[in-house]
Amino acid sequence: MGPLQIIFLLAAALVLGAAILVVTTRNLVHAALWLIVALFGVAVLYVLLNASFFAVVQIVIYIGAIAILFIFAVMLTRRIGAKDIGPQNNPNWWLAALLALLMLGGLATIFLSWPAFNTPLPPLSNQVDLIAALGKSLVTTYLLPFELASVLLVAALIGAIFVSWERK
Amino acid sequence: MSFLSDPITFIGQWLTNLLLGWGLAPGLVGVITRAIGAFVLAMTGLMLVVFTIIYERKLYGRIQDRLGPNRIGPWGLLQTIPDMIKIFTKEYITPEGADKIPYNLAPILSVVGVLMVWAVLPLAKTIFGTDIDVGVLYIVGVGAIGELGIILAGWASNNKYALLGAFRAVAQVVSFEVPMVLALLVPVILGGTMGVNSLVQAQDVWFIVFAPVAALIFFISSQAEVGRAPFDLLEAESEIVSGFQIEYSGLKFGWFFVGEFLHAFTISALTATLFFGGWRGPGAQEYPILGLLYFFVKSMIIYLVVILMRIALPRLRIDQMLNLNWKVLTPLALAAVMLTAVVEKVVLHYAAAFELGSTAATLLRASAHLLANALLLAVFFGLVKQRTARREPPLVGRPRPVAVPPAAPAPPAVESPHSAMP
Repeated sequence: MGPLQIIFLLAAALVLGAAILVVTTRNLVHAALWLIVALFGVAVLYVLLNASFFAVVQIVIYIGAIAILFIFAVMLTRRIGAKDIGPQNNPNWWLAALLALLMLGGLATIFLSWPAFNTPLPPLSNQVDLIAALGKSLVTTYLLPFELASVLLVAALIGAIFVSWERK
Repeated sequence: MSFLSDPITFIGQWLTNLLLGWGLAPGLVGVITRAIGAFVLAMTGLMLVVFTIIYERKLYGRIQDRLGPNRIGPWGLLQTIPDMIKIFTKEYITPEGADKIPYNLAPILSVVGVLMVWAVLPLAKTIFGTDIDVGVLYIVGVGAIGELGIILAGWASNNKYALLGAFRAVAQVVSFEVPMVLALLVPVILGGTMGVNSLVQAQDVWFIVFAPVAALIFFISSQAEVGRAPFDLLEAESEIVSGFQIEYSGLKFGWFFVGEFLHAFTISALTATLFFGGWRGPGAQEYPILGLLYFFVKSMIIYLVVILMRIALPRLRIDQMLNLNWKVLTPLALAAVMLTAVVEKVVLHYAAAFELGSTAATLLRASAHLLANALLLAVFFGLVKQRTARREPPLVGRPRPVAVPPAAPAPPAVESPHSAMP
């Protein structure tokens, strides 16, 4: 087991542990903070995959923007503490657990039957400029999904402005 | 000669050879030398603060017509050291009801977020932590950690002023990130790379010549990111009693202090690196040690401007701050990015079409970019003049004549019983 695998196992354990704490901790702000730890762990996994761009974007967007807005929204809510929230589970918790297990089973079956799952990946050659390749493929091969995502985001922006617009 | 011109590489090679000579595995040697390098870099950053504090306090004093610190050491230059010792001996006070772990994590995060920038900052041609291919984005990304420190401090202190400071921090730091990222795109377009050291290598002509607007936007918005005057409304003493750091004492407060000073110097170094050629200068390619000198001289000159802005400008109100960001800097940055991309492509196309030499092509490029930037500024400020012009505050009441107390009745002439004394 090489050092990379050790780091992978540590990061994966960190992500899982933090993710479990997100849903079990009784304090809402702590839940948001554990979410940040989990997102950091995912960024580490991206680094291990040589996807430096995704690792940094993960930190910029998920931690720098989304998680901080989460914390902000949570700080503005009442009943943050453990004492004054009701029971943690609602009566349908077993249904959610069942669905989650089914999902896990389905994904595991798909991955195990996928031939690439068991073949070791060829090492990346250092000559390829990964960022440039990513940028080029976004405006050539994946142009349509890329632009559709942009349109979706613009729609969301306009929607947010419309919702918060104060008509005079 | 190699030691004199490039000491860090020399020491690194010497250390590697020494460790290899002891029979350690090459992989382990790589880990050890990198760990030592990271430690030295981080310590350099932290020790630099000792110097920048005295630099700033001296300047502050001079501009306010004082002497500044002048008791300890020659010209008071060692004043920071007793200050440090004093802060080491102070008591840690944890407020009642504080959230312990976030409370103690916050000062550390606020320094870590700044220190992590130093990992990609090239101090000289061969002296840098690492040159990752997403360096510019990485700088933005680690900025988020510093923000997190401020928010944690505000929330965990269990204090309403601290929480208000954190709210202001979110409004300010997160929104000024938008023009900062956009302005950072401009050097990326010009240099064709996102690695910070590669960007310095690409600056045969300083990028300030090609993109003065982007440089200005980056400089202003990174000042807001630091949160010092004129953008210090997240710790405004007169309104919210120093905001998020109100409940911190002793060395924990000291960490916030170090983080702020280091951040202020770091943004100056970043501006110097991205727009003023970083370590480049005559002879810096052959003798990397000269690059170190150029880097620090440029950074210190820009840091001087940062300090001058801090001293000279009054604090912005929160609405002025948000207006500046969303109505001026963000649209201007968006326009600058688009304009730079178009001008760059057009110039490269024509330079190739007319087979210009490299000097002529550079001249054409510089003049086209400068002209485009000047036009952009003129058009933009012509368009938004009404929104950005200084307005008189609305009149809420007419001035009334000053109330004059009615004339007091003349004091009755009292016959003093004693006046009849013989």
